[in-house]
Amino acid sequence: MVTGTMVISTDRVVKTKIVPGGGERPAGPNGSSRGDGGKGRGGDDATERFSPSKYRIGMWVALAAVAMMFTALTSAYIVRANTSNDWHPLAAPSLLWVSTALIVLSSVTFEIARRALMNGRSAVYNRWLVATVLLGLAFLATQLLAWRQLVAQGIYLSSNPHSSFFYVLTGAHAVHLLGGILALDYLLLRSRRKRRERNAALKEQAAVHAISLYWHFMDGLWIYLFLLLFLWR
Amino acid sequence: MADAATVHEGHEAVHRHEPPKSFIRKYIFSIDHKVIGIQYIMLALAAVMIGMALSVLMRMNLTWPGTEWPIIGVIKPETYLAFLTIHGTMMVFFVLTTAPQGGFGNYFLPIQIGADDMAFPVLNMLSFWVTLVGFVVLVAAFFVSGGAPIGGWTAYPTLSALGEAAGPGQGTGMNLWIISIAIFCVGSLLGALNFITTLLNLRTKGMSLMRMPLTCWAWFTTAVLALLAFPVLLAAGVLLYLDRNAGTSFFIPAGLSVTGKIQDHAGGSPILWQHLFWFFGHPEVYIAILPGMGLTSHILSTFARKPVFGYRAMVFAIFAIGLLGFFVWGHHMFISGMSPYSAMAFSILTLSIGVPSAVKTFNWLGTLWGGKIRFTTPMLFALGFVSLFVAGGITGLVLGQTSLDLPMHDTYFVLGHFHLVMGVAAIFGMFAGIYFWFPKMFGRFMSERIGRIHFWITFIGVYCIFIPMHIMGIVGMPRRYAQFAENNGVQIYGFLESLHPLVLFVTVAAIITALTQLLFFFNFFWSLFKGKKTTEKNPWEATTLEWTTETPPPHDNFAGIPPVVYRGAYEYSVPGAPNDFVMQTEPDPSEEPGVTKAGSGGNGHDGHKH
Repeated sequence: MVTGTMVISTDRVVKTKIVPGGGERPAGPNGSSRGDGGKGRGGDDATERFSPSKYRIGMWVALAAVAMMFTALTSAYIVRANTSNDWHPLAAPSLLWVSTALIVLSSVTFEIARRALMNGRSAVYNRWLVATVLLGLAFLATQLLAWRQLVAQGIYLSSNPHSSFFYVLTGAHAVHLLGGILALDYLLLRSRRKRRERNAALKEQAAVHAISLYWHFMDGLWIYLFLLLFLWR
Repeated sequence: MADAATVHEGHEAVHRHEPPKSFIRKYIFSIDHKVIGIQYIMLALAAVMIGMALSVLMRMNLTWPGTEWPIIGVIKPETYLAFLTIHGTMMVFFVLTTAPQGGFGNYFLPIQIGADDMAFPVLNMLSFWVTLVGFVVLVAAFFVSGGAPIGGWTAYPTLSALGEAAGPGQGTGMNLWIISIAIFCVGSLLGALNFITTLLNLRTKGMSLMRMPLTCWAWFTTAVLALLAFPVLLAAGVLLYLDRNAGTSFFIPAGLSVTGKIQDHAGGSPILWQHLFWFFGHPEVYIAILPGMGLTSHILSTFARKPVFGYRAMVFAIFAIGLLGFFVWGHHMFISGMSPYSAMAFSILTLSIGVPSAVKTFNWLGTLWGGKIRFTTPMLFALGFVSLFVAGGITGLVLGQTSLDLPMHDTYFVLGHFHLVMGVAAIFGMFAGIYFWFPKMFGRFMSERIGRIHFWITFIGVYCIFIPMHIMGIVGMPRRYAQFAENNGVQIYGFLESLHPLVLFVTVAAIITALTQLLFFFNFFWSLFKGKKTTEKNPWEATTLEWTTETPPPHDNFAGIPPVVYRGAYEYSVPGAPNDFVMQTEPDPSEEPGVTKAGSGGNGHDGHKH
């Protein structure tokens, strides 16, 4: 940098202990007292920026985007089904019932894990989290087997529009679920390696809460896709 | 409470107690929203140079077809189409979407709401780098066999779905285009998620929603639009990619014969792509223009020394425009054979966008009315924005009617319309933003003298370019044609012959306007190092939070002391006040110190309510 003032300053200013407005205004509640989840607005005392609600809000926002993507695919599905007479619906591969059971079960185990964590029983939390990961992996494996089953019958991605949509929708869902499994792995790592940081417990709870939203959403999304693919027409 | 160990959320994974020291962490892979904002602006500057150069080359080819140009040689028709495609894609995605939102939004949204960074700084960094990868992939399309795609930025199937058979560039180039756009979608979604969460969750004490600057409202609405529109484009892109590379038939109809060869696809619907694409594409128009609207409101108020006229109406108008934007995509498809009834519905909805747009325009005029206007360069560009928005918007009312759109479709009339209203107007919004915030971002002013010259030539220039295009369109000149004359200068279409002088005029105006932009680039980079220094926090005597912090702002924006907001964003010329501006942080004397007034009439003290 030629001159000092041009610098895009990124020096973090060392924060000093500040009691806002000596007497003229009461200090806002600090970060930890916002653990009630806040009102989601007007983040107050910025000297302690942790706000668990941001993870939840962020997750809802992300889910809105995921929902829009599957809405777009659904509308394409409906339009394509009515466009021409080459629509030959597949019979549902029997394995899909298994995978549906697995993913519903995984939602249950995750919920048990989450509640255990909220009650501070971290060993139980850990156990059920592992169960959830395994169920998630089992779901993906079952989906893969269902694909193999169809391929064995000679039904490929390009065979007919319904099979195209089957592979696209299940594939897109599987990719999203894989993301969920990675998030679960992150939670597992986190719970193994106890962090020495401020608000560690609060952060863990917030992360678990947000990821559980995602996981349950993926569960519901699969059931929706299953119904769309094999009951709608 | 706070101590030196309190760090940004994002730091924790790496070094918690250390601010970034290395050059890489500080300027390259930075998680500081301000650095990321500047990175986005630099990306947009690179993209706009490419886009602008391509547009000049296209004009030159239209005016002097078949000329052997230095370096690039003769521009073949397919090269022209490749230029056209990349020009559109570059401008729409990597300029109009990145700079106003990713650039200025990233830099100033957290500061204007009194936060010390975005809600998810690491995600913010990712969103930039993902976007950059998308940019690189798009540019790479020029250098693969067959060159860049030739299908236009809308990539309509079937020609975009058939691969090489549909022309050079539709092979590998088109694949790269889809990949680039898909990557861009992901980057934009990460950004939008961050914007929404930040705005909802990290506003400082006293910053109620109705006290936010209109820029923040615009960025927020833009983020919502991006969040809901980009996933649709992503889904459509995946389907198109599969049609091209996996043999599916989402968009390719049966029995299609290209260059005498029956295509091995059946049953798809090219119109389906148009629906999906424009469901994204129309909100995208507002993604480009809304930040400019917010900025214009902000700057007009600042330099007219008056509050924004009808603040509340402005907020609702932004939302109304955003909402209606999702229900008008069909007006891009009036000639696609849709039912006249749905066309009528789309038409009525389209025209109704005129209402909130007019609310905004009249409120801008109301803001200016009787103000003590300071004609600084940012103010000139904001005024230019209003002018261009009106001039380009009026023709939207023409094109929104099916009966008029049918003959105008795909003519230069449409070209003139959308370049004025979403292209150049949005660019003017960006210019206004750069001239306005440059002193805060870099601690130096840009040259006012060069800025004025830049404004006047650009302002007159863009009108000289785009107003004649409306006339060409009415005469019937179709867009996306590489040549209207043979290489020897003989006109191909008799009915367009009379337009030749106009074509020449537009080209000359385009070249002059493009060269003038070099003045801007010179001004920008020269001022970085040699511009007049500003050490003041508030050189424009404005009211919002970015003017309460150091110049340039420190890493955590407010040096650990979060600002407290007591009033709305545009308190200019308040009767009885000592200055003609009252900062948002100025305590309200009518408020008893220390008294909690939560919930009383939207005064925004929600922060106390615990």
